Amino acid sequence: MLELYSLKKSFGQVDAVDDVTVTIDAGQMVGIIGRSGAGKSTLLRLVNRLVEPSNGKILFNGRDITKMKGRDLRLWRASCAMIFQQFNLVERMDVLTNVLIGRVAHQGFLPTIARHFSEAERAMAVHSLDRLGLLPQALQKAGTLSGGQQQRVAIAKALVQRPEIMLADEPIASLDPANATRVMEALRKINREDGITVLVNLHTLDTARAYCDRIVAMRAGRIVFEGLPNELTRDRLNSIYGVGDDADFEIDESVTSTAIAPPAGSQARQTTMA
Amino acid sequence: MMSDLSQTIHGFETEYAKTRRKALRLQVASTLLFAGAVLFSAYVGGFFGFTDVTLPSGERVSMPKLWAGLPRLGEYLEKTIPTLRLTSLGPDLAEWFWRWETWLRLLGETILIAYAATVLGVAGGFLLSFLAARNLSPGRWLSILVRRYLEIIRTVPELVWALIFVFCFGVGPLAGMLAIGVHATGSLGKLYSEANENIDMRPLDGIKASGGSWFQQMRYGAVPQVIPNVISYTLLRFEINVRSSSIIGYVGAGGLGQEIRTAMSLQEYTDLSALFVIILVSVTIIDFLSEKLRHRIIGLSEHWT
Repeated sequence: MLELYSLKKSFGQVDAVDDVTVTIDAGQMVGIIGRSGAGKSTLLRLVNRLVEPSNGKILFNGRDITKMKGRDLRLWRASCAMIFQQFNLVERMDVLTNVLIGRVAHQGFLPTIARHFSEAERAMAVHSLDRLGLLPQALQKAGTLSGGQQQRVAIAKALVQRPEIMLADEPIASLDPANATRVMEALRKINREDGITVLVNLHTLDTARAYCDRIVAMRAGRIVFEGLPNELTRDRLNSIYGVGDDADFEIDESVTSTAIAPPAGSQARQTTMA
Repeated sequence: MMSDLSQTIHGFETEYAKTRRKALRLQVASTLLFAGAVLFSAYVGGFFGFTDVTLPSGERVSMPKLWAGLPRLGEYLEKTIPTLRLTSLGPDLAEWFWRWETWLRLLGETILIAYAATVLGVAGGFLLSFLAARNLSPGRWLSILVRRYLEIIRTVPELVWALIFVFCFGVGPLAGMLAIGVHATGSLGKLYSEANENIDMRPLDGIKASGGSWFQQMRYGAVPQVIPNVISYTLLRFEINVRSSSIIGYVGAGGLGQEIRTAMSLQEYTDLSALFVIILVSVTIIDFLSEKLRHRIIGLSEHWT
């Protein structure tokens, strides 16, 4: 269980994340939605401690994450795997090594210099690449893969970290619909089969509706909605995304949709899961 | 609606013309400034200076220094030309390169000094470049400190380092190797750190998010990105170091330089030209080979990590 208490991050005068208190139950797949600049990325980076909080507390299964330092911090980062919009792979290295980088938190100084990983770790990497259907590309350079493949390499890398929670920051924002679907399906599979909690930032509402058990909406650094996907009514959406005084402004989900099938059926699927 | 649109266009045109006039003014001003700076530095350097010259008639006239001095350059060069006759080319050449055994040995020493100094410079420069790079350094003050250190050691010329090391370790190639190595550390550290500053930081973020330490971020995220540049700069530096080590013996730090000094002080002008030919030929060969190697490696490094 991940608990955030009055979490705050200020960059100069701007509060990117402002007094966020939320609890994420273990094993859930939670979508975070909101306009650009609402603080979604910063929130995930705060949980992974890539960004230091200005105030507040993060607890995971009762352990205080905010105070961690050195080796403890690195092990925490390993146990809450992060997936980025731009994949953040080392493009000049092969896919296998990129996946093995998921094991760095457990690697000593000399093995790091020699880029040495144990046989067990290599087997883990191969297994997780195979799970994502990328074993044939294992010895190719990561940079030569398509965006969708690179994102799945990033997921394979996240898996070898043996994480308890996975944070995905706009994982499909730079992908075409077919690849976006494969990446979302992979995340869902990991969530269902491995019981890993998934926290995912999404731009597209229908994706959030189709894949997430719960939805958290942010606006200007604050949480403005928290609940089931089918509780996201038109009025609520307008309060999340709306531009305020512009009364004519309506959100048309089909404009931003990246789904191949129309998002209409996603609601029904959602209710059965919740 | 129509007048609205034309007003917007008119506004843009006015604004655009203003921007262009401003750019032109800046261009003219900077050209004039540049020309002025060139003339001023030439003046300070004595380019337009005059000197008194005694003509064969005994008359003393004042003429431009540059004009008066040029014939002397020809005179000096003429003295270094050896006598080579077609009829006795072999013996003439043998006489020109009469000390070839010593020179060959010293040439070997010169190249070894350059090689060892390059290794020294690469080791030091590579390690320090990560601390010096603004985007990678674990601490702002550490990066400032390391950058100042690199600046200092490369600002001091190799010949001055050589004098210092000859004083410490005595005459010989050790002093030369250290002198060129220290200078190369400063130069390579600077070049490497600039390559470091141009890398994509996203892979490093990815490694950090997986629990990677600073060292692991460098090893896996930064090194693969900079390795082609590092190899290229290193080979380039080796070429420069060969040139440096061929002169460093002038102050007793090993290599061919000591022969240049002897030849100059004994006024053995043809020895000077022989040494010049040796250095020119070996530097050309090394440049050629290292350029080939550099291109090979840049091509190959596509397959490296």
